[in-house]
Amino acid sequence: MSIDPAVKPVIAVDGASKTFGAVRALSEVSFSVARGECVGLVGHNGAGKSTLVNILNGSLTPDAGTIHLEGLAADRYSVVAARASGLRCVFQELSLCPNLTVTENTRIMHSGIKGLGWRRNAAALIRAKLDEIFPGHGIDGGQTVAELSIAERQMVEIATAFSQSDHAVRLVILDEPTSSLDSSLAAQLLAYIRRFVAEGGSVVLISHILSEILTTADRIVVMKDGQVVASGPAAEFSVDTLVGAMGSVVRARDARRVFEAGAEGGPVLQQRALGNAEAMDFVAYRGEILGLAGLGGHGQTRTLVSLFMNAGGDWRGRRQTKIAFVAGDRHVDGNLPLWSTLKNLTLTLLPDLTRLGLIDRRKEASVAGNWRERMEIRTNDLGNPILSLSGGNQQKVLFARALATTAPVVLMDDPMRGVDIGTKQEVYHMLRVEADKGRTFVWYSTEMDEVCQCDRVYVFREGRIVAELTGEDVTEERVLAASFAGGAA
Amino acid sequence: MAAIKAMLAKPWIWSFVAAAGVWMVTILFTAGASTLGLTQAALTFAAFSIIVGLGQMFVITLGPGNVDLSIPSTMTLAGTVALKLMDTNNGLIAVGILVTLAVGVTVGIGNYTLIKLLRIPPIIATLSSSFIIQSTAIWYNRGIRIKPPRVLAEFTTASTLGIPNVAWLALAISIVAWVLLERGIYGRWVSAIGQNMRAARLAGVPVDGVRVATYVLCAVLAALAGFLLSCFSGGAALNMGAEYLLTSIAVVVIGGTAVAGGFANVPGIWGASLFLFLVVSMLNTYGASAGVRLFLTGVIIIAVIIAASRRLGEGSSTS
Repeated sequence: MSIDPAVKPVIAVDGASKTFGAVRALSEVSFSVARGECVGLVGHNGAGKSTLVNILNGSLTPDAGTIHLEGLAADRYSVVAARASGLRCVFQELSLCPNLTVTENTRIMHSGIKGLGWRRNAAALIRAKLDEIFPGHGIDGGQTVAELSIAERQMVEIATAFSQSDHAVRLVILDEPTSSLDSSLAAQLLAYIRRFVAEGGSVVLISHILSEILTTADRIVVMKDGQVVASGPAAEFSVDTLVGAMGSVVRARDARRVFEAGAEGGPVLQQRALGNAEAMDFVAYRGEILGLAGLGGHGQTRTLVSLFMNAGGDWRGRRQTKIAFVAGDRHVDGNLPLWSTLKNLTLTLLPDLTRLGLIDRRKEASVAGNWRERMEIRTNDLGNPILSLSGGNQQKVLFARALATTAPVVLMDDPMRGVDIGTKQEVYHMLRVEADKGRTFVWYSTEMDEVCQCDRVYVFREGRIVAELTGEDVTEERVLAASFAGGAA
Repeated sequence: MAAIKAMLAKPWIWSFVAAAGVWMVTILFTAGASTLGLTQAALTFAAFSIIVGLGQMFVITLGPGNVDLSIPSTMTLAGTVALKLMDTNNGLIAVGILVTLAVGVTVGIGNYTLIKLLRIPPIIATLSSSFIIQSTAIWYNRGIRIKPPRVLAEFTTASTLGIPNVAWLALAISIVAWVLLERGIYGRWVSAIGQNMRAARLAGVPVDGVRVATYVLCAVLAALAGFLLSCFSGGAALNMGAEYLLTSIAVVVIGGTAVAGGFANVPGIWGASLFLFLVVSMLNTYGASAGVRLFLTGVIIIAVIIAASRRLGEGSSTS
C-alpha cells in the first residue's frame, strides 16, 4: 500500500481473512487509516465492507491476518480494546435502545459519565455535539428514541460516536451514515467530517452515494467479493471509474416522461389535503413516477402509510392486489425476522400463489428464485433467515416483495437505504420500464439523485404538500428552495 | 447421527421425550400391569387438552398479548346449551352440534369485537367476556345436570381399533390444523402478524380478518371440546372447563410454540398434552399427596421448558 511509512497509521489490518461457513466474506485484505485522514470505503452489498468494519472494531476475530493499533500489534484485540484506543462505530443497523431517552442512550455509550448528575452531564454532552454537527436539529434529550424518526435516530447515533468523555475519539467508522438523512443533514455531516479530520481525527466513511465519498474522502478503497480491488487518492477517481472498479457500468439515465394531468385518464390515487388552505391535494396518475421530496420526516412516510391503509384490505386478502408498499425502515415496517428470505419475499404475492387456501409451494419457490436473480439478492439459499442477509440485500427482498405483484400502484418509503449502486441502477431502470407499462410509483426518497429521476415531485414541509414540480422543473435547486421556503432554514 | 441431530432440533421433540419418560416410569412402577389402561386414559384425557390447545396455539401465535382466557367458560356454555337442547334425545344430535358451533362463532366474534372496537387488550377482553359467558351458562339451566343422548355418551367413551374415539377426533382436527398452519395461507398470515403486525399489514396481510378468524377458531374448538367433554362425563358441569384455562396455555408453551408469537407447531401440542396427563397419573401412582403432586408438576413443567428452550436457542444460533 502506498502510505508514507513515516506516518504511523491509527489502525492497520494486514492480510485479514474471514469465512462464515462456506461463504468467504473477506480474503487477505490489507487496510489502514492514517491520522487526519478520511478513507472512503465502497463496494456492492455483500462485498465484505461490514465484515471489515467488524474486524476493525473488534467484534469479529479474523481467521488469518494481524491488526495493529497505533503501530502496536494488538494480540488480544477486542471491542473493549478498540474503544479504549478511541475507535467508534456508527452502524448501518441502528443500535440505540428504543425504550430509553436520548440522554440515557448517551450514558450507555459513555461509561465514564458517573455519579450524581450523570443525567445532566450526559444531556449536556449529547446536546453540545448535536448542536455542533447538526445545527438546528430540534432533538430533545428527554425524548425516548422510539419517538424519534429514523433520521433523528441516526443523528443521535452519529453525535454519540463523535462525543468525547473518558477516551479521546481518534477514529470513527461511519457505515452508511447518510442513508436516512436528507440532503441538507447529509451536507452538515460531511462538513463536520472534514472539520474533524482537519483537527487530526480519522474517519472511515462507507456510503453507496459516490458523490459523498468523492467530495469527502482523502483516499478511496474499493472492495469486491471480499477483496480490495482498487485504492488511491480520491482525486484520481470519478463516479464512472468507481462504479467500474466495483464491477458495474454507469447506465444512461432513462428519459423522463413529461406528464399532462389527466392525459391518460383519471387519477389512480388521490387524497385531499386536510384542513389547511395552503396545502395541495395529492393526486397520482397512471404510469407516472411521482416523487415525494422535502426534508426528512416532514410527513412523507405518514402520507404513504395513510394512502396504503385507506386502500383497504383489513379484512380480506386479495388476489392481484391494487397497491403494494416497499418499506424503508425495514425493522419496523418490513422484515418478518423469524422467517426465511423466501417467505419474506412472497408475502404480498401470496394470495396469487394460493388455491383453495393452500399455497402452491413449487410456484412460490420459482417466483422467489426468479426475483433473486433479477434483484441479485446475495444468499446461497433462499431458505436462509432474512436476518442473515446484509442490510442492502434485505432491502432488495422487500423491493422484490412489492414488485413481484401485479399491483398497479407501488408506494416506496425511501427504499434504497443501503442498496449498492449497481442494483440501484437496475431498479431505476426496472421502475421506468414498469411505469411505461402503466404502473404508478409513488417514491419518497432522501436522495436528491433519486428525486430528480421522477416525472413529477411533491415537496413536503411540516406534514403538507407545499409545492409541485413537473418535468424539467425537477431540479435539486427547485426542490431545496421549496423545502425551505417560508420556514426557518 | 445427523438424523438424530435434526430430530433434536425440532422444538416439539422435548414434549414427546418427557411424555415417553413419564409413561415408562409409571409403567415400571406397576410392573407393566397398567400399560393398556394408562395409555388409553392418557389418550382420552389428552384429546380434550389437544382440541383446546390447538385453538390457543393459533391465538398465542398472533403475537404478544394475544391469549384467550374465555376457553373454560365457552366449554361450559357450549356443553350446557347443547345438552339441554338435545335433552337426551338421539334424534337431536345434529342440532346439538350446530348449536355448539354457533356458540363458538358467537363467542369468537364477541371477543374480537371487544378487542377491536373498544381497543381492550385481548387478555382483558377475553377475561371479561368469560364472566359474561359463564353467567349465561348459569342463567340458562340453573346448574341442573342433564344427561347426554345415549349414542353420544357411548361414542365418546368407546374406542375404535384400540384408540379412544375422542383421540381419533383430536387427530383429525390436528391434521386440519397442521395443514392450515404449514401449508395454508392462513398459517402464514398468523405467523406474519405474530412477528410484526405493522409490517404484515403493510405487506398486504388482512390483519383484522385473520385475527377475527383466529379468535373464532379458538372459541369453536373450545365449544367443541366442551360439548365432547360433557358427553364423555355424563353431563355438563358449571366448573368443567376450569382446569383447561392453564392447561390450554401450558400445552402450547411446553409444545415448543413461541410464547412471544410468530412461530407455532402442532405435534408439540400432542406431546405436551400427553405429558401433562401422565405427570399427574405418575404422581398418583406413587401415592403423592395433593400438595406434593402440584409442587412436582410445577417443577417438571419448568424443567421441560428449560430443556426445550435451550435446544431452540442453540438451533437458531448455528443456522
